[in-house]
Amino acid sequence: MATFQRHRLTPWLLLAPQLAIVAVFFFWPAAQAVLQAFYVEDPFGLGRTFVAFENFTRVLASTEYYRALGITVTFSVGVALGAMALALLLAVLADRVIKGAHAYKTLLIWPYAVAPAVAGVLWMFMLDPELGLVSAWLGTLGVDWNHQLNGGQAMTLVVMASIWKQMSYNFVFFLAGLQAIPKSLLEAAAIDGAGPWRRFWTITFPLLSPTSFFLLVMNSVYAFFETFGTIDATTAGGPGGATRTLVYKVYEDGFIGYDLGSSAAQSVLLMLLVGLLTLLQFRYLERKVQY
Amino acid sequence: MRYRRPGLDIASHGLLILALIVFCLPVWLAFTAATHDQSSLYTGTAPLWLGDQGLSNFSAILSEPVARLGTDVTRLLLNSTVMALGIACGKIFIAILAAYAIVFFRFPLRRLCFWLIFITLMLPVEVRIMPTYKIAADLNLLNSYAGLILPLIASATATFLFRQFYLTVPPELLEAARVDGAGPWRFLKDILLPLSKTNIAALFVIMFLYGWNQYLWPLLITTESDYMTIVVSLKRLLSSADNLVPWQAVMATALLAMLPPVAVIVLMQRYFVKGLVDAEK
Repeated sequence: MATFQRHRLTPWLLLAPQLAIVAVFFFWPAAQAVLQAFYVEDPFGLGRTFVAFENFTRVLASTEYYRALGITVTFSVGVALGAMALALLLAVLADRVIKGAHAYKTLLIWPYAVAPAVAGVLWMFMLDPELGLVSAWLGTLGVDWNHQLNGGQAMTLVVMASIWKQMSYNFVFFLAGLQAIPKSLLEAAAIDGAGPWRRFWTITFPLLSPTSFFLLVMNSVYAFFETFGTIDATTAGGPGGATRTLVYKVYEDGFIGYDLGSSAAQSVLLMLLVGLLTLLQFRYLERKVQY
Repeated sequence: MRYRRPGLDIASHGLLILALIVFCLPVWLAFTAATHDQSSLYTGTAPLWLGDQGLSNFSAILSEPVARLGTDVTRLLLNSTVMALGIACGKIFIAILAAYAIVFFRFPLRRLCFWLIFITLMLPVEVRIMPTYKIAADLNLLNSYAGLILPLIASATATFLFRQFYLTVPPELLEAARVDGAGPWRFLKDILLPLSKTNIAALFVIMFLYGWNQYLWPLLITTESDYMTIVVSLKRLLSSADNLVPWQAVMATALLAMLPPVAVIVLMQRYFVKGLVDAEK
């Protein structure tokens, strides 16, 4: 790469705004979070004492934390699998029909632009126990829907709203991936007598694996972090903590419970978890891309 | 082509159209609810068809202060617009410069700067929310546009994308510019920026959506309704300890909250898809 050589000050001038913002709003708070995790602050903010790993052991010993972890896993798996399976199905259909694939893309892409909190509110209205239309339909089928009381239904509500929003993102990628698969491969398989079902599972699906893996990571990150708005606007972690994910617990313990040490320790644990996921992504993707 | 089956094509169209209907249903129901008044909403289940109160519902929330918010929705839309534009433009601005320095210059500590910037890709704001809040409070940024915008600019997604793009710029361009006596600023302004137009548009779409749809950070940092964003206001509207949820107002607000980002994505779809696919690389 050709570069500018004899400019000592210019690169620093160019980097200054980014470095300043990153230092003040990223490294400083991240360091604070790590530091805070080793202290117990008294609730009035008057002082704090060093407690080494006590915050971590306290968090890791609490059943509530493992419950939140389990809920996060259920939620993330539900959202990622649901949004990806639905997107793959629709992308395969749109890829098949040739005529109108582009129109379907335009018509399916817009939910991606809807804020997670707004998506949650829209679904909450449809499923409102009193006047929701869908909950009324479910009622005629014998399902007594009330997500304000029933934890499983509350979870279903946030999962559905999250899938609704995330599906279009996956759809765009799957469609692009499908359109990149050489048609000659599929035609050759067809000539050899493979039906559509067989062609999909033996040719299309394996060739889509890099896209699928990338989407799996993106969907997990989405389910972990961005769905905070969906959960807070609809169930607020309830009923009885049935939708309290790890991120929601960090927020609740820190801003509502004022247990800063525990909240910070949970933040650090989350950082480690996300770091691990990212590492996995890089290792696995690099190996997987060259097939 | 032997392997096309017309029967399957018709089934495909059918399923796709069914999916479209299901996907549009939440928005349609929001729209019908927003056109009824509260008493007719609460007479049974939510209506499937439009009522005649649409105009008055929308004009009421846009022009008069809404009971649970203490401000009108026009103000919320303004706040969201300022925030989204601030984040989109701010990110693009600092990213263009930083990526330029990292790709086109050689200087001591360059690798360190690179890592310092790109490690931020790993940790979203939700993870370090508590200390970031504290810092914003220390810097007097609570209830201000700067407080809404600045902390959310601190991630390197845009810088990363610009770096990837700059690496594809042919080195001959830089050689030629240098031979003609152009300095770094001249090269950036006259050659690099015009080349980056589509990338800037793509990033703008993605960052505008990102900014508009933020929830947790604006929720924490705005305690006064003067700086509340429209996405955050929904929860405030819904929290009904005292009486019935005014669903017609909630739904009208929700529709207004999704209109600008949906318009951006539909109008700039070409750039958006390009931006997404580039982000993957």
